[in-house]
Amino acid sequence: MTNALPATDYSAYVRTNADGTNHLRLIVAGMHCAGCAFKIEKKLNAYPGVEARVNVTEKRLSLVWSGDKAAGNTLLDEVETMGFQLSPVKQSGTEDEGLKHLLRCIAVSGFASGNLMVFSMALWFSGRDSMGAATRDLMHWYSALITLPTVIYAGMPFFKSAWHALRHGRTNMDVPISVAVTLASAVSLYETVHSSEHAYFDSVAMLLFLLLIGRYLDARVRLQAKSAASDLLQVMQGTASIIEDSGHMRRVPSKALIPGMRLHAAKGEKILADGTALNAGDVDTSAITGETMPRHVCAGDAVLAGMVNIGTPLDIRIDKSQQDSLIGDIIALMQRAEQGGAAYVRIADRIARWYTPVVHILALITFMGWLWIGGAAFQPALMCAVTVLIITCPCALGLAVPVAQVMAGGRLFRGGMLLKSADALERLEKVDTIVFDKTGTLTTGQMVMDPPDHIDDETKAQIAALAAASAHPLARAVTAVWPSKPAAGAAEMDGRGIEITREDGHWCRLGSAAFLLVTDSPPDDKLELWFGVQGLPPLRLTFSDHPHADAARVIRDLRREYRVVLLSGDRPAVAAAVAAQLGIDEWYGAVDPLRKHDMIDAEISAGRHVLMVGDGLNDAAALSRATVSMSPSSALDIAQNAADVVYQRKGLSSVPALLQTARRTQAIVRQSFALALAYNVIAVPLAMAGFVTPLVAAVSMSLSSLLVVGNALRLKGG
Amino acid sequence: MDVLAYMIPIALVMGLLWLVIFMWALRSGQFDDPEGAASRILQDDEREGDLHK
Repeated sequence: MTNALPATDYSAYVRTNADGTNHLRLIVAGMHCAGCAFKIEKKLNAYPGVEARVNVTEKRLSLVWSGDKAAGNTLLDEVETMGFQLSPVKQSGTEDEGLKHLLRCIAVSGFASGNLMVFSMALWFSGRDSMGAATRDLMHWYSALITLPTVIYAGMPFFKSAWHALRHGRTNMDVPISVAVTLASAVSLYETVHSSEHAYFDSVAMLLFLLLIGRYLDARVRLQAKSAASDLLQVMQGTASIIEDSGHMRRVPSKALIPGMRLHAAKGEKILADGTALNAGDVDTSAITGETMPRHVCAGDAVLAGMVNIGTPLDIRIDKSQQDSLIGDIIALMQRAEQGGAAYVRIADRIARWYTPVVHILALITFMGWLWIGGAAFQPALMCAVTVLIITCPCALGLAVPVAQVMAGGRLFRGGMLLKSADALERLEKVDTIVFDKTGTLTTGQMVMDPPDHIDDETKAQIAALAAASAHPLARAVTAVWPSKPAAGAAEMDGRGIEITREDGHWCRLGSAAFLLVTDSPPDDKLELWFGVQGLPPLRLTFSDHPHADAARVIRDLRREYRVVLLSGDRPAVAAAVAAQLGIDEWYGAVDPLRKHDMIDAEISAGRHVLMVGDGLNDAAALSRATVSMSPSSALDIAQNAADVVYQRKGLSSVPALLQTARRTQAIVRQSFALALAYNVIAVPLAMAGFVTPLVAAVSMSLSSLLVVGNALRLKGG
Repeated sequence: MDVLAYMIPIALVMGLLWLVIFMWALRSGQFDDPEGAASRILQDDEREGDLHK
């Protein structure tokens, strides 16, 4: 299907520097070891003026070359012919910078925590008799010296986020963290100045250190998610040829195409607007409808933007501007779905919603209680309130969820799955309906010739020689079974078939029923090729797209727990055959991209949670609308971008594997919350009652974090 | 206990040195591709000055 498409155009992603060098970064799929990476580097670096570097850990290729921007496409085409799939990374660099900044914050707070421990140990294990007040004060001053710059530097991510939330009239988890950190630092400084016995500097640094680790892991997981809709727009960019009334041809950017213009699409060129064909030709519609076979269009037939002309040059009268075209509608739907997707609230945020007010109220009650009822002075009362803030450390929220997600992500990655949306695992757990696309998802997407009955070797050789002369997908399927040299003097009639004239003057043809003058083709709706020699009865070859070997088993297992639906853009008869073969009761054929989206939308509106698995442009809108979506790595870039999870393994085994990992991850996350809740139920009343010393607060906070992280680490095994 | 007066600053300076080294390593990309760096040593480098000739 994709063979007909020209090399992918990456120029929109290229960043050109002032010195004339072009920079492009891409994610490389299909790379299994460092050897693959070096092979790519070697191949690309052989070109003069090209510098390629593959990051093996992140599976990314950075390419730098000078001169022509479009030269990159040829280079990357080479990499793709080596068998790797590439997808460009947006050149913002700000996310990477954000991650590095978090890492620096971790280093600073880690340094502070480590060194503060030295002083804290000394303070904790010495009483009033063994350490003089002067030494204690010195220790406190050193602690303050280390902690205060740390809080200002490493606390910034939390302060910024909290301030941002407050300014917009909201509150988030970072608000109590910021309050706790600021108050604890201020109170500790006050205590130090007044040479009191206790300070909380170590707890402050430790709190920042642990939370920053969680923040870093979370940011790393989220970084992989990319915006889908904007990538879809890339498909429709470029230039098109327009024939003016005077008969002159000129190239215009796709945005300038307006209804009424006459568009000229050369062989292999993508059609960039919806319109009406003015002459007959053949188009590859796989990107739009998911149909495996090229479609023959006659003058007056509608053609859609996104189709590729694979036959004779085609003239088209444009009927709709680009934003009104079918693909424009898909883009609009995806953008809407993306905004809708943002409405999903992650479990950590849901908990943070009640966590924040509860913690603040508890701290306030503690303060008021000690001040008025307990009769304590202002300072010890404030101290107790700060202890409550510190001990309710949201490590379970801030650390357990990211760690569980990173573990699950790593596990999936080893299983050949890339988790693109950080919260996909949470959404997966609720799934009750699984919707499959047919071509390329349930089936291999490749045409295989059905074994023909009684055929002699001479005929076989003739068919093979004719087939070898064509690049048509069906002819290729014949060559796959019967390899041969192309027949000499074979002529390909676009959209009809191949013909040679034999020595005896009779023609010999391989092609459509009409080409072979067959009028009574069997009505089984199979894809077919006819072969015949002038004057002799023609012979029929049939082709089918077979389901993956494991499809029937996976579907049977899935159907025990889920409702399984097949939505295909292909003809109803073909969809029905596949559904019957795999045991799917509920199937819909000839569903166009917009209806796919609407059907998913209707399911979701009815309160169902839908996992959509699909691979085509025609699935893109449905993928972004579904609760969660999966796409094979053989899918078009747009589908991969729209999907939450991309899987590499052939077949369908990834679907149950993903569902199982999601369930396990969510179980672990819930356990972490239960552990954290149990800890808080014990620790908070003690802290409110004023029984908790700085030692207990710091140790119990760290211990609870370790426990929660240790639990999440269990995901790695088994 | 006078020893604390200079031992603690020395300890802190040593710790700070570690922090500076880490920051330098981070900035110069030492952590960007640990897996690649581990395997890269095994590659014959053909581009820069071939030593075998």
